[in-house]
Amino acid sequence: MTADTTDTVTAPEPRAGSGVRRFRSPLRPVMRALPAPLRHLARYAGVAPFLAYIAVFLLVPLIAIVIGAFQTDNGAFTWSNLNTALHGAYLEGYEQSLEVSAITSIIPGVFGLLIAYAIFTARGRAASWLRQVVITASGVFANFGGVPLAFLFIASFGSSALVTGWLGDAGLNIYDWGFNLYTMSGISLVYMYFQIPLMVLIILPALEGIRPAWREAAQNLGAGSWQFWRFVGGPVLLPSFMSCLMLLFGSALAAYATAEALTSGTIPLTSIQIGTFLNGNVEAGQEHVGQALSFGMVIIIAVLMSFYVLFQRRSAKWLR
Amino acid sequence: MAALTKDLGIATAPPTPPARRRKRSFAAWRWVILLIAGVYFLLPLAAALRFAGLSAFGGVFTTPGFGSSLWLSVKLAAVTWLITMVLMIPTTVYIHLRLPQLRRLLEGITILPIVIPPVVLIVGVLQVMPLALRSSVWLLAIEYVVLTMPFAYRALDAGLRAIDVKTLTEASGSLGAGWLTTLWRVILPNLRTGLLSATILIVALVLGEFTMASLDLQQTFPVWIVLFDQTNAQISVAASIFALVVTWVVLMLITVVSTRQSRRGGGGEVTLFSVAPRETIGN
Repeated sequence: MTADTTDTVTAPEPRAGSGVRRFRSPLRPVMRALPAPLRHLARYAGVAPFLAYIAVFLLVPLIAIVIGAFQTDNGAFTWSNLNTALHGAYLEGYEQSLEVSAITSIIPGVFGLLIAYAIFTARGRAASWLRQVVITASGVFANFGGVPLAFLFIASFGSSALVTGWLGDAGLNIYDWGFNLYTMSGISLVYMYFQIPLMVLIILPALEGIRPAWREAAQNLGAGSWQFWRFVGGPVLLPSFMSCLMLLFGSALAAYATAEALTSGTIPLTSIQIGTFLNGNVEAGQEHVGQALSFGMVIIIAVLMSFYVLFQRRSAKWLR
Repeated sequence: MAALTKDLGIATAPPTPPARRRKRSFAAWRWVILLIAGVYFLLPLAAALRFAGLSAFGGVFTTPGFGSSLWLSVKLAAVTWLITMVLMIPTTVYIHLRLPQLRRLLEGITILPIVIPPVVLIVGVLQVMPLALRSSVWLLAIEYVVLTMPFAYRALDAGLRAIDVKTLTEASGSLGAGWLTTLWRVILPNLRTGLLSATILIVALVLGEFTMASLDLQQTFPVWIVLFDQTNAQISVAASIFALVVTWVVLMLITVVSTRQSRRGGGGEVTLFSVAPRETIGN
């Protein structure tokens, strides 16, 4: 049974009869020799290499950071790193990071949803072409960042750049209104350049999960477009939308290269502050503070991912 | 009913929407949204192009360091690609065939690198990895495998969802093929689109990754662009736009060609991460 996203009506699943040979695992003889409970466990061996890779190259480094955050240079236990990381400029860093992440997850979240919905429901001759342009572009732009992205915006929204000039000619001097490309407002504008495409990519599967049959059923009961989205589509989509927002929030929090390139590392964001510890711009014996800052990030991400799982579980009820 | 015929593999003509709806389907709000998006995404590109000037593109290739840094990035992309494929293809196929209940778990795990800051990850990696690995450039490739996972997994998963893996493997099994033959000669050719999308996304990510490379003190292409920017900004702008546009065009070609093939076979539209059902909801 393929996980088709079309209808609820499905053909009976073809069973492997006596004449049909099922997919043969190379470990079949070994599996047969095992007692039943072990055989059940052995089925999971197929994902073991993948899980091992993740454990070694993703989980272990994160655990090492958590441990390092509580250590002095001699390896003794201490709270002082964490204490430093939660005060002064570092606390401000967390606040600014959370603020930027909130802005650059909610606005791109809504706008990305609108784009995804616009291309998803488009019909007619150009619709397929439109979808392909937008989705491939999203794949590319979602991975775009760092110096090239900073350039794009310096060339267009810098204080004397092209777009700023146009807007100024039209009487809209954005720099007079408090906009500045090299501060939080600018960073937020730039982050949306990869956040919106990311949203389009991650929300599309959820949109595809809304089945035409529901729409038809609602129409048969006399519901209009608004009523369908208010009482059926919207509530079904909401948990997915929320879990996508969690991812966008994390993505904005994780961004480093773009802000670094745009402000040369002067902006007080937590990821930038962690980077300065690695660049060796700080006095010796301070690297544990960097780990404590990273630990703070890990905690925020853990909270985000808990919500993500929660929302995913809700959405799994309807969307498969 | 439509799904029934679809499951049985009978090609049905796409439903033709009534004329009234077609008129409404390209409603004003759709144009407004797409116009805003178009302006936001294309204007900075155009401004940067104007800043760089077309003549800068010629200068990119003859600049010192361009060749060696690009070559390093290409090598990293190749190794990343190889590890990703060897690791992810068997895993996703196995999950689809044997442990479909783990699909959500895998989706959750593979999404993690989007939210885990690369700057945090590299701090931990440089701390725990053995010295031999830390001093090697291939450490980057190993970690890039983790970074590309969200996109690679989704591309492969979409590819597998689009084909009936179970029937295919059963058919090839009853014809006497072993698991390796089945994977190599039945599943992989059917996964072409998913594999190509995954490949391009991996290449795009590796050719653009700056954070880990710079903190690991390796002069990859993106790191070179930054260093070079100090001397000639125009050329580095040209180089980055060049990389962006090439990736986009190649991805477009892949989806257009594979959609054409899929349509010929009675299938649906093929996009990067999903195969759109032939009937979709109206607005």
